[in-house]
Amino acid sequence: MSSVVGTRPALTWAVHLSVLFLVALWTLPTLGILVSSFRDKDQLAVSGWWTALVPAERNIVARAAPPEDAVAENGNWIIAGNVFEGSGKATAFGISSREPAAYAVGDTVELRDGGRLTLDATGDYTISYVKKPDGNRGQRIFVTSVEPPKFTTANYRTVLFSEGLGKSFINTMTVTIPATVIPILIAAYAAYALAWMQFPGRALLLATIVGLLVVPLQMSLIPLLRLYNDIGIGKSFIGIWLAHTAFGLPLAIYLLRNYMAGLPREIIESARVDGASDFEIFRKIILPLSFPALASFAIFQFLWVWNDLLVATVFLGNNEEQLVLTGRLRELLGSRGGNWEILTASAFVAIVVPILVFFAMQRYLVRGLLAGSVKGG
Amino acid sequence: MAISSTEAPRSTHLPAILHFAATLGVALFIMIAGLGISVVAALAVFTAVNAILPDIKLLQAVLVMLLGVAACFGYFWGSNRILDMAYPARGENIAANINSANAIRPWLFLGPAVVILGIYLVYPVINSIILSFHGPDGNQWVGGANYAWLAKDAAFRESMRNNIFWLIVVPTAATFFGLVSAALTDRIGWGNIAKSLIFMPMAISFVGASVIWKFIYDFRPQGSEQIGILNAIVTFFGGDPQAWITLPLWNNFFLMVILIWIQTGFAMVILSAALRGIPEETIEAAIIDGASPFQIFYKIKVPQIWGTIAVVWTTITILVLKVFDIVLAMTNGQWGTQVLANYMFDWMFRGLDFGRASTIALVIMAMVTPIMVWNIREARKDMK
Repeated sequence: MSSVVGTRPALTWAVHLSVLFLVALWTLPTLGILVSSFRDKDQLAVSGWWTALVPAERNIVARAAPPEDAVAENGNWIIAGNVFEGSGKATAFGISSREPAAYAVGDTVELRDGGRLTLDATGDYTISYVKKPDGNRGQRIFVTSVEPPKFTTANYRTVLFSEGLGKSFINTMTVTIPATVIPILIAAYAAYALAWMQFPGRALLLATIVGLLVVPLQMSLIPLLRLYNDIGIGKSFIGIWLAHTAFGLPLAIYLLRNYMAGLPREIIESARVDGASDFEIFRKIILPLSFPALASFAIFQFLWVWNDLLVATVFLGNNEEQLVLTGRLRELLGSRGGNWEILTASAFVAIVVPILVFFAMQRYLVRGLLAGSVKGG
Repeated sequence: MAISSTEAPRSTHLPAILHFAATLGVALFIMIAGLGISVVAALAVFTAVNAILPDIKLLQAVLVMLLGVAACFGYFWGSNRILDMAYPARGENIAANINSANAIRPWLFLGPAVVILGIYLVYPVINSIILSFHGPDGNQWVGGANYAWLAKDAAFRESMRNNIFWLIVVPTAATFFGLVSAALTDRIGWGNIAKSLIFMPMAISFVGASVIWKFIYDFRPQGSEQIGILNAIVTFFGGDPQAWITLPLWNNFFLMVILIWIQTGFAMVILSAALRGIPEETIEAAIIDGASPFQIFYKIKVPQIWGTIAVVWTTITILVLKVFDIVLAMTNGQWGTQVLANYMFDWMFRGLDFGRASTIALVIMAMVTPIMVWNIREARKDMK
């Protein structure tokens, strides 16, 4: 292939640039929430995440200390203080909402009640009066400030400890791990029987499993919900483990059977000749040899269960105690629709584990995908 | 298990059926015994350990998990042991015993899978069909009323229309982008890194992806600073900011973008493997004949991987029919974005009408069925 491309440098550049463009398009959305989740929530609310590294211009409205706080000084009454809660750099200020940036820093403004207001770049203001001012509301000061970019982990602390995401994280783990391990075991035995044992009905069973691969989950929800209520499982972890096990089984059996059927016949025959039982052959030969296929399925199932919302909503419900990450995220989308500092941090907590698993085990995932779909599945 | 007994008679006589039924009966008996023993043992251990374990939920979960796995192992080991004891491979009946044991053993291996699949996937299909003829609580026979209602329901028609949009747009776009990125990344040195990054959204849940994209579509009234990147770009070029997910008809496409974003990586990975599997000679011949890279791609490579493209297409199609999380999280079907899967969920959870919800589920099932039949035929061809 390099010979084709090599003759046309312009084309090579076009390829590099197109791939760069595609990669940017596919990663920027995720980068957006990652960056945003670490930003100060006030900055996040008023400026795009792509400006996170440049100082942000902000308009704030501060209220000076009330007149009763005025202190006498050199024959004048002075009210002093700072308009910023933290730190900042003021560039302009004003005293009415119509002209919030009417005056430059350092100017002195005559107020309607006779006071004279000045503001310097650090945000310190002084209002001086000739005679003792009255009233109990402080003067409003509109300040345009430039703030350095602020990054914080406070959003994560908030979502993990006060928005209940920590608990949901544990719930998701509790659902995911058994729901990944149990089907592997059950499917492996079934796949071995379908690949290497002779019995009547085998072809029909295989066809049924291929058919079940695509049965929509929606079909199962209501009948199972009724069944669970009838036999008293209700909304429990046992119920959801079994449900996820069942929904993962067709793919597991299909993948594993295809893999096991491809193992060399000689190994199995010679073990049989040596007097090994099927049970031993499975445990000592097939299972270790099938590791790549087992890993492929484990990743599929892990990602699928971790990311599932439908099965969890139906079989665990929406109660605070058992809410999983996806369910919590959906709830936050409804209740905290505008609080992007909460949503971005929560979303990142929800997706970080699958992404790590994905990058660590990508090889097996790709192999499983290829085995699962290219062979006509 | 009834499935298998229908196939046996073709080649054999009545006694053979009886023999097969007896085999299944013994297998079932041993299964129950093996499962019973391991579950009872697991429960006993659980009760004993739980009494001394501190009351921490995660610890309990870990314990339950370990015991669950142990019970699974226990079942397979135990049932196998019972079989060996019932039909020992020694003594005067050794030949008959071995034959019987060999006939029963596959069913012990298959047992749990067959039972679980039967309860969780086969029975619900039948039960859903029955429920679709019943009222809201599933107990009262209403004949074809649910179907009649469905035919006239405006929201159902809207869902069907949107589903058809989804079915046309998403598989097409995801396959197209997948094919393009597969072809491009295969040509460059850092192609594998690029592939990883384009593939990554596949690991993100639909709800997580919805949050990510809702942030992109975020809308602030005109005049204030846009923090959603789409509106920021639009206003940068002098346009007016839009509340994208409420724009009639167009909002459907903004939701589809999310699924395309997730599925492109899947299409890319599979198509990339297919492209690499194309015999070198065909390409070399084309190069010698002076074909341009574009001609090679469209006239030599793509025609050779039509089969794989079809598989990718159907896989994404099935996913599209089941898509529900994205619509639920982004709009919950408002502003004309309803789809079948979410509409079914709506009737199940908020409408609390199991009859109508089952009827909608059956519509989804009916749309999947052609693909299912095609898959089974392909798979049978493969296995011969």
